[in-house]
Amino acid sequence: MKTILKSTLALLSVLVAFTSCDNASKSNNSGALSSSAAEKVYVAPGEHDEFYAFISGGFSGQLSVYGLPSGRLFKVIPVFSQDAEKAYGYNEETKPMLNTSHGFVPWDDAHHPDISQTNGVVDGRWVFINGNNTPRIAKIDLSTFETTEIIEVPNSAGNHSSSFVTENSEYVVAGTRFSVPIPQKDMPIKDYKGNFKGSLSFISIDPEHGHMDIKFQLIMPGFDYDLSHPGRGKSHGWFFFTTYNTEEASTLMEVNASQNDKDFIAAVNWKKIEEYVNNGGGTMMPTNYAHNVYDEATHSATSTMKKEVRVVNPLDVPGAVYFLPTPKSPHGCDVDPTGEYIVGNGKLSANLTVHSFTKMLAAIENNKVAGDAYGIPILNFEDVLAGVVEQPGLGPLHTEFDGKGNAYTTFFISSEVVKWKLGTWEVVDRQPCYYSVGHLMIPGGNSQKPWGKYVVAMNKITKDRYLPTGPEVTQSAQLYDISGEKMELLLDFPTIGEPHYAAGCPADLIKPRSKKLFKLEDNKHPYATLIEADAKVVRDGKTVHVYMTTIRSHFAPDNIEGVKVGDKVYFHVTNLEQDYDVPHGVSMIGANTSELLIMPGQTETFLWEPKQVGVWPFYCTDFCSALHQEMQGYVRVSPANANTPLKWSLGEDIE
Amino acid sequence: MKRSNIIMLIAALLPLGLFFFPLWKITLEAPQYPTPLGMYIHINDFSDVHPHDIKNINLMNHYVGMKYIPEAIPEFKIFPIGIIITTVIGLLIAYKGNYKWFLFWFILMIVLSSAGLYDFYLWEHDYGHDLDPKAIMKFTNPDGSVMGFQPPLFGSKDILNFRAHSYPRLGAFFLGLGIATSFVAYLFGKKQNKIPS
Repeated sequence: MKTILKSTLALLSVLVAFTSCDNASKSNNSGALSSSAAEKVYVAPGEHDEFYAFISGGFSGQLSVYGLPSGRLFKVIPVFSQDAEKAYGYNEETKPMLNTSHGFVPWDDAHHPDISQTNGVVDGRWVFINGNNTPRIAKIDLSTFETTEIIEVPNSAGNHSSSFVTENSEYVVAGTRFSVPIPQKDMPIKDYKGNFKGSLSFISIDPEHGHMDIKFQLIMPGFDYDLSHPGRGKSHGWFFFTTYNTEEASTLMEVNASQNDKDFIAAVNWKKIEEYVNNGGGTMMPTNYAHNVYDEATHSATSTMKKEVRVVNPLDVPGAVYFLPTPKSPHGCDVDPTGEYIVGNGKLSANLTVHSFTKMLAAIENNKVAGDAYGIPILNFEDVLAGVVEQPGLGPLHTEFDGKGNAYTTFFISSEVVKWKLGTWEVVDRQPCYYSVGHLMIPGGNSQKPWGKYVVAMNKITKDRYLPTGPEVTQSAQLYDISGEKMELLLDFPTIGEPHYAAGCPADLIKPRSKKLFKLEDNKHPYATLIEADAKVVRDGKTVHVYMTTIRSHFAPDNIEGVKVGDKVYFHVTNLEQDYDVPHGVSMIGANTSELLIMPGQTETFLWEPKQVGVWPFYCTDFCSALHQEMQGYVRVSPANANTPLKWSLGEDIE
Repeated sequence: MKRSNIIMLIAALLPLGLFFFPLWKITLEAPQYPTPLGMYIHINDFSDVHPHDIKNINLMNHYVGMKYIPEAIPEFKIFPIGIIITTVIGLLIAYKGNYKWFLFWFILMIVLSSAGLYDFYLWEHDYGHDLDPKAIMKFTNPDGSVMGFQPPLFGSKDILNFRAHSYPRLGAFFLGLGIATSFVAYLFGKKQNKIPS
């Protein structure tokens, strides 16, 4: 018995030794490979990433900020959705940001971020991003990483071919994905064809402050306008929009909108239309849309309803709009850094179609028109075609460029990134994605000067790439090194929501301009309290204003009495700190909003409506100092009919 | 005018540099302040090295009960007057005086500067030791005595999680150079005096 046991043990240990040997050799192999990738993405503690990546949160309505190459998440910037972490959309200062003609809409589907440009180069001043669902364009100021402006887009539905910026940030566009009756009206859906219209909105950007204003809307035939890109370099002054559903179907779209062999890229000469508009062209149409602006001096947003918009009929500006036939339901519309090539990724086509801007101009010059759609001239496919990338993959979606003559296209169905050469149209390399890649991003991708070191692929599905988290798993991004001839997958990292598209630029463009604090002397908030001695509580009927200050590690006042059930109590809280990275938070039990997170020198306000008698605590929500836990106070709430006198104190000796 | 008197004239004027450049600088380094906190000490005022540094030093120091660095201390009134008076004396000596007076001015300045340094030490000692009895945090030395937080008069020193540096700045060099130059003037004067004219 003993011997059997011994020999079994011996045999087992030999087996174990063999298997472990095998394991060891395997892991060594992959270890050697992964370590070189690891070195390339490793950013040592305390060191900074080389690039910022602004990755849209898709259905989260937000914009997230990552570092490249590390893939580390630094911040989620609230844009179209309320965010309890930052009180965005909860505090009185930012509630107006989410106002629309449909009322307060605290969510959207954030799709395509784009960074402002000067002379065709990304300048790192602002990020623009579109809200797809309730059409809006937001501007994020990159000195504060806060949303400072949101403009609603009237006559638009499904604001998808947005928000791309021209090369001097003259315009950011908002093209409608869904055509709708313009102006909106009650009518049968089956009468879509010929009656619905698509609007392409050109929103001007003030070069100094970035303020947005809808300069004009082009009222186009009722197709679906999917994506867009500005011309650049030689094609600066033009904008290109892909279309699908040129069939103008209104039901079972997956079939009925996929019948035509070719749809169009709409080429819009916006300089020509701008000139027409500057000379008084176009008509003012009554409408209703919100324009929300955040003022950094008052730390407060105001929402203004605008009542009209200038619309332009493309037929009134001959030579301003042409259709370029493009197979087949093109999705991405991408222009290379020289401005010569316009890539239309026909998502149902086996090939990639690339148009030539020079040939397009020549065709226009020679008036080689094949026909028209609702009066808009259609050019011949062959006359504008630069070349075709034959059978590069399945389901081409989006293309970016490295600035070295190469293009990188994502293929959704075959789940890969394919590198090919502009001009020769040959495929150079392909790398799989895990899984189902949508957009990809090269820093500076939408400009004349891409920083072609990395490409980030944004995937819709991850399945087994990470630890499971129930039925809902993260979506993710993947980082590839594209500095060599072959692409190399370096890193997977999870993303917030659906990583729809991204914009990136070198960190050095943004870092030096990043604000560290708000100067107290510049705080023009109407309810600011700039020194502790001015802290007070003021009753105005059933409204109580608490002028509160915070500094390490106390509130002033920290004892408040005389508040009654049924009052509306506004806490206007000013953070008196003037040190980098020392915010204070405050929250009140039972408040129907969120905590406030107040940056040094800033004032924020939340509304508390006490419903129960008692003595209720408030406290600092952000671990601010060694005495953070002591940073607390009380509000005494008396019955509605009580006559408890209003009083407040800080640090008075208790009898 | 004799060469020694010209040198004395320069010596008397040099300390006026104190009105243009800071006398001293105290810097506080800690891991959570990647940009160290610092303050300059001028002849008549304190000033921030980076915006809001003094406010932040005060905020930090109140944990251990240190006083707020005052907007003005009496010395800030006395020092400038002292410098102006000694400069005037120096100028008078340079104009009128013989070399022995240069030595007198040199010694006077040494004595006054030492007194100033001693006063500075006393202020630092008081600032670092006269703590609020209701201070939030109390620390003791290994021997059980109450820990002080006095910054060094000259040099570098660890204070809890901070490393404090205290060094003279350009203003102090102007003062020192002025004093040294007066001694040079004395030596020149003495030499010239020995040469029979």
